[in-house]
Amino acid sequence: MKEGKTLADTKDAAETGLVFHPMDQFQVKPLFGDGPIGVFTVTNVTLWMALTVLVIVLLMVVGARGRNIVPTRMQSIAELAYGFVYKMVEDVTGKDGLVYFPYIMTLFMFIVVANFLGLLPMAFTTTSHIAVTAVMAMAVFLAVTILGFVKNGLGFLSVFWISSAPLVLRPILALIEVISYFVRPVSHSIRLAGNMMAGHAVIKVFAAFAAVTLIAPASILAITAMYALETLVSFIQAYVFAILTCVYLRDALHPHH
Amino acid sequence: MEGDIVQMGAYIGAGLACTGMGGAAVGVGHVVGNFLSGALRNPSAAGGQTATMFIGIAFAEALGIFSFLVALLLMFAV
Repeated sequence: MKEGKTLADTKDAAETGLVFHPMDQFQVKPLFGDGPIGVFTVTNVTLWMALTVLVIVLLMVVGARGRNIVPTRMQSIAELAYGFVYKMVEDVTGKDGLVYFPYIMTLFMFIVVANFLGLLPMAFTTTSHIAVTAVMAMAVFLAVTILGFVKNGLGFLSVFWISSAPLVLRPILALIEVISYFVRPVSHSIRLAGNMMAGHAVIKVFAAFAAVTLIAPASILAITAMYALETLVSFIQAYVFAILTCVYLRDALHPHH
Repeated sequence: MEGDIVQMGAYIGAGLACTGMGGAAVGVGHVVGNFLSGALRNPSAAGGQTATMFIGIAFAEALGIFSFLVALLLMFAV
């Protein structure tokens, strides 16, 4: 695609009937000027990632600074988030997984705040880009694999050898397990990015129908309903990302089925 | 109408890839439905298993998301 052109321009808005293209919102644009995008160009992704970090710092550091016995509203949100993730790590990974709690807390808070900020009108959803989620998923995959080998040595390979299955089936199951192990980073990242992208595109498609007077009320109702659903999905996807990280971590710490 | 047969094939393929959503819908519905029927039989044990349910949903949903990915690849990458 050419610089500075939106999808709506290229696809001929009159022909498709849309004033804007539903995928326009995912375009990475430089924040200042119209130049080409390099490694250090400040883009809308940079802006919204910085806002995400700012919100997390405001919530978790400034909001919880008081340490009151009766928490303020900000402090109780921070405490709820902390307790929620802590319990999840403890339940899924076990006591010895709690060492890795800060990493999972970081992942969860970043994803959930980025998802919620992306729901603001005119906002940019950083987690809707596979480039962003793939980095997080690859980091989890590499960390878990290295951790598994460091903790268990070559015994980590027994994660592929399911000892509870009949002996005849084990080689076939091992093959399937190896494939599913290497698909993990793909499905881990695509799940988050795909859910975010699809949900936001659906909202924009309904928004385009709101321009037609005849169906505008139904369309606005649909946008409201989709927004409610997307708020739920934003949270659930962050939860799923974090809990799958816990599951992978459990496999690395206890590879014997 | 302009365009060539490759583009037509890509668009038809992207549309066909959307049928994968049905599979994901069946899978997720199956997981949650079975969880609910089990939870109503023994509500006291249900709370501890919601995490397992979400893991199951995530695995069922992942394959539906792959069909979405195929549709995107056909639309924008081919």
